[in-house]
Amino acid sequence: MPDVGAAQSDRLVEQLREMILIREFESRVGTLFENNELPGFVHLSIGQEAVATGACSAIEADDYITSTHRGHGHSIAKGLDPDRMMAELFGKANGYCGGKSGSMHIADVDSGMLGANGIVGAGPALAAGAGLSISRSGADRVCLSFFGDGAMAEGPVHESMNLAGVRDLPVVFICENNQYGEMTPAEDQHHVDGFEARGDVYDMPAETVDGMSVQDVYDATSTAVERARNGGGPSLIVCETYRYRGHYEGDPTTYRTDDEVDEWQERDPIDTLETSLVDAGLLEESAIEAMHAEASERIDEAVAFARTSDLPDAETAFLDVYTEEL
Amino acid sequence: MDEQSARGAINDALAEELDRDESVYLIGQDIGKPGGSFGITRGLHEEFGGDRVVDTPISEAAIVGSSAGAGLTGSRPVAEIMYADFMGLAADQVMNQAGLFKYMFGGDVSVPMTIRTVNGGSGFNAAAQHSKSLHGLFMHMPGVRVVLATTPYDSKGLLKSAIRSDDPVLFFEHMELYNREGEVPDSSYTLPLGEAAIEREGDDVTVIATQKLVYDALDVAASLEGEISVEVVNPRTVKPLDVETLAESARKTGRVVVADESVIQNGPGAYIAKRIESEAFYHLEAPIEVVGVDDTPIPFSPPLADAVVPDGDDIETAIRSLPRL
Ligand SMILES: Cc1ncc(C[n+]2csc(CCOP(=O)(O)OP(=O)(O)O)c2C)c(N)n1
Repeated sequence: MPDVGAAQSDRLVEQLREMILIREFESRVGTLFENNELPGFVHLSIGQEAVATGACSAIEADDYITSTHRGHGHSIAKGLDPDRMMAELFGKANGYCGGKSGSMHIADVDSGMLGANGIVGAGPALAAGAGLSISRSGADRVCLSFFGDGAMAEGPVHESMNLAGVRDLPVVFICENNQYGEMTPAEDQHHVDGFEARGDVYDMPAETVDGMSVQDVYDATSTAVERARNGGGPSLIVCETYRYRGHYEGDPTTYRTDDEVDEWQERDPIDTLETSLVDAGLLEESAIEAMHAEASERIDEAVAFARTSDLPDAETAFLDVYTEEL
Repeated sequence: MDEQSARGAINDALAEELDRDESVYLIGQDIGKPGGSFGITRGLHEEFGGDRVVDTPISEAAIVGSSAGAGLTGSRPVAEIMYADFMGLAADQVMNQAGLFKYMFGGDVSVPMTIRTVNGGSGFNAAAQHSKSLHGLFMHMPGVRVVLATTPYDSKGLLKSAIRSDDPVLFFEHMELYNREGEVPDSSYTLPLGEAAIEREGDDVTVIATQKLVYDALDVAASLEGEISVEVVNPRTVKPLDVETLAESARKTGRVVVADESVIQNGPGAYIAKRIESEAFYHLEAPIEVVGVDDTPIPFSPPLADAVVPDGDDIETAIRSLPRL
């Protein structure tokens, strides 16, 4: 690791702490799901933590994000509370959405988290809308829009990128290329090499970064965010990353090899950051162990909170369909 | 006759039609080597190759729109859309393209295409974006046929007819029925579109049920035996709707419950009730009851989903609410 200033090293330490928390949250979710404690189905982003953390640490609390069906990492990185997230996964009344949403739709608009989304490719359109709200109100905000390599084939993604370009909207499109859309490799779903070419098509700055490096994701996002805040319009950042788990928990992953998974795991975003911080003398091994222990305790608390929370009353199923009683 | 799951029966229907007619091809996301998200197309890629079992990117509008174009030009595509909810992205290709061409283009053309997709799923706690039953939406579109697959037997026979139809057909399977087994004839057969099935005979009340609710209605009918005699009728296709069979049953029993998993307001249940009322008014001894989903999305948490999605209890409550029974 090159010489880093104090501010940067503090930031990297905080980013590491957050990535460890995300991983701990998701690992635990995997176990809970396997033990049949969670209804529905879950999609984990283990391996992709550097994208969520790198990007979200480049924005402020009052900025927005849109997320995907694989949204736990984005949510934690946006500052959502693991207790209420876990409660939502359990379908409990005090979860973020009162048990109505589950893993796939966790949202907290007050925190700027405009929802994990079960409809692939919907997020970028919502982000364009957030961008329109921002530009109409003259606010100094941005919206990050996370979406997958698979989603890049959906029409609304392109319509939204074009709209954002035409209106110079303060949106940063972040394509998480984790190499697969469900069971099909990204290269079989796209006829163009390199997703950053899509940025050229819409005449927006675009770059591909190492999505296993929190620093690279942070740098690219910071640049794009600054440009957006200064009226420079949208950008596209393509993060090359990998999901270690299957598409969903229980996916037998017959479409890829263990070697491939191992290769990516050698570049694990958490391990490599830990090593480089230790090598650079910025962090003691013991401090890292403490971080892991702290994360584990924090998630113990979240699980206990969720387990002991009440299920929602059935009548609440019929509330909140509309805002106004007519 | 062999016992078979609906999954197997649908797979067989696809294999038989691919085998029978070169112009048939399958298209959809992950339907090739992976065999589809629900395993429906398993083995077909190996048997028929990548030109007959076509994998696509995640692009619902292109899957359905290209099928309309292919149907117009001599092919007979069978598209798979993973969940009915995702038909939202492809709805325009049905309502402004496939469903209109024959009419708009002077009558001399046809658009032989089938879209297979999946209703239901609340039992999997799949929440609001993966659980809807959306056949009502497509019943509303001129030029489109709408099939509701239920048993392994009718799933196979109706799918084969859908594929052979020269009109666009929306073929709704049901997520919670894929593993249900039932008898399927060994011989190749088709079932006509537009014929309801009397699944169980009875005298006191007719329950017109669709998809998973057919099974729930049969359970209720069995449990009420000796007390109330319930006839269970499955329309099987809702467009065309076999009004005559439904009305005949209504004339026999005089009381009708319509049970369907779509939203009640402005939905299929209301339409079916209206048609029966027109045909059997003087035989009805009670207003027709409609069981379905309130004007409410499908929630995630089990107690909430149970409250929203209709099941046998709701059918029984509706039956018991009928006057003078
Ligand atoms: C409109 C729509 N089509 C299909 C699906 C089914 N589906 C869920 S996740 C997924 C793969 C998405 O791939 P990608 O965008 O690369 O995201 P990743 O899962 O890799 O994070 C698909 C096809 C969906 N949820 N929504």
